[in-house]
Amino acid sequence: MKTKKIIGRTLYHILVFGFAIVMVYPLLWMVFSSFKPTNTIFTTAQELLPRTWTLDNYHNGWKGFANVGFGRFFLNSLVISLLATLGTLASSSIVAYGFARLRFKGRGLLFSAMLVTMMLPAQVLMIPQYIWYQKLGWVGNYLPLIVPYWFATQGFFVYLITNFIGGIPKDLDEAAKIDGCSTYGIFFWIILPLIVPALITGGIFSFIWRWDDFLSALLYVSKTESYPVSLALKLFSDPSSSSDYGAMFAMSTLSILPVVLIFITLQRYLVEGIATSGLKG
Amino acid sequence: MAQLAARKPKKTFREKINEEHIAGMICTAPFTIGFLMFMIVPMLISGYYAFCDFNILQPATFTGLNNLRMMFADAKFWKSLTVTLYFAFVSVPLRLVFALIVALILLKTTKITAFYRAAYYLPSIIGGSVAVAILWKRMFAIDGTINVLLRAVGIESRLAWLGRTDTAIWTLIILAVWQFGSSMLIFLSALKQIPTTLYEAGEIDGANGWKRFFRITLPLLTPTIFFNLVMQMINGFLAFTQCYIITQGKPMNSTLFYTVYMYQQSFEYYKAGYGAALAWVMLLIIGIFTALLFATKRFWVYEE
Repeated sequence: MKTKKIIGRTLYHILVFGFAIVMVYPLLWMVFSSFKPTNTIFTTAQELLPRTWTLDNYHNGWKGFANVGFGRFFLNSLVISLLATLGTLASSSIVAYGFARLRFKGRGLLFSAMLVTMMLPAQVLMIPQYIWYQKLGWVGNYLPLIVPYWFATQGFFVYLITNFIGGIPKDLDEAAKIDGCSTYGIFFWIILPLIVPALITGGIFSFIWRWDDFLSALLYVSKTESYPVSLALKLFSDPSSSSDYGAMFAMSTLSILPVVLIFITLQRYLVEGIATSGLKG
Repeated sequence: MAQLAARKPKKTFREKINEEHIAGMICTAPFTIGFLMFMIVPMLISGYYAFCDFNILQPATFTGLNNLRMMFADAKFWKSLTVTLYFAFVSVPLRLVFALIVALILLKTTKITAFYRAAYYLPSIIGGSVAVAILWKRMFAIDGTINVLLRAVGIESRLAWLGRTDTAIWTLIILAVWQFGSSMLIFLSALKQIPTTLYEAGEIDGANGWKRFFRITLPLLTPTIFFNLVMQMINGFLAFTQCYIITQGKPMNSTLFYTVYMYQQSFEYYKAGYGAALAWVMLLIIGIFTALLFATKRFWVYEE
């Protein structure tokens, strides 16, 4: 009986571990390939580890293209992602407070509108928004990539924070009100400090999504020196501009590094965010 | 404070904006403005251009239902629609089934379960990035990793995965299914919320493992499955980046996603009026599809 149990358990771990390796293999392959001499990447594709380790790919890739280095692209991505994330968190939390705590005319209608924005991905609005931003004179700069996020346009974050505020006891609000705190004071002094975990979760998601965003950069950013990493990587990988696979994989690896680091250090918040937002119908 | 109290009209203003129904509107104002400015207005404007010949740079000319007529006669439109529906209807259910199976396997907590969960979840965190799309393109090339690995284990493969109409779409489907991790986490937390008393009761009634799964676990998971099915199908209809980078719709439009076609029409052929019409048609399709899904809800989704 006992040996049967041990065999079963070993089998379980071999299978689950084996499958886990299959899952992350493509990524491992890319990371290790970026340390191989570029001309050996596909001749030794069946070997995971490089025979000789080199940093040449990173050195070559970092130079970028059209006289703009990858450092610049990373800086652009960082600025866009941080500004958009900050806007999302600031606007979504005050809107969520309104939905969760205050009764007012049109609340039900607005809340439904918010749920609709959750179900409407950016792609279906791609052409309508482009035409509109063109009229506003926003095409060709960062405004379409940042400004909309300061207006709580992503229902996901409003929904996430509204749920979180719903879980905070109202006694605190009442006590503050008796002490003379205004409706806005309650938000700033009572609610805001308590929703920090939700803000971290939301911040992580927002940052990752903005960092990976390719479509809006493709539509709205035109100058090479303004490219974010996603767009730069795409053009870098086009056959016309480069067939240096080593440099390509090196820069690809660097581009996912921030996301992977966030994933490793803040995994707990990510998991919580997914669990709470994906369950409700 | 004394100074503020002395100025009476200002105080009443402060009182007024502090009233609940006013404060509610003020707090939610960013969303109201954003929703109008960045969703409703663009949709309305594009609603007009959908009936126009419009190339973005020059003024539009009203052409009535011409765009719609063009669409019905446009073989590429029908092709992209079928490709997109095929992609969504194959990849989303596959991803959900995978996610559920793996969630059930990982429900048993051992010391290294956290590591397993992380490994399965990682692809869905970075799967949407350009880096992974570029990697995928190289992996499925003729001289790419997949063929090399297949040859290494003795399978003679020189397939041009991305060059054949029957395999190219599957590279995109595999990429989508590979990202089952976030659905898996959702299922995991839903599974943990099922009260153990139900299973105990089932055991007393003599239900075996399979019976317990189909009679207890699965019905209680249906609300979660439903919600994720709706959201992921919508996203599946509108997939863009991976197709745009990996296949560009090739070969012979066999992987031409609807959104990529919409992009090509608007920004490569400068037919923004036609593009706007395409966007509206997709919106209608999504609306009808979602309504249909909701109509089936009462037949298979368990409500408490």
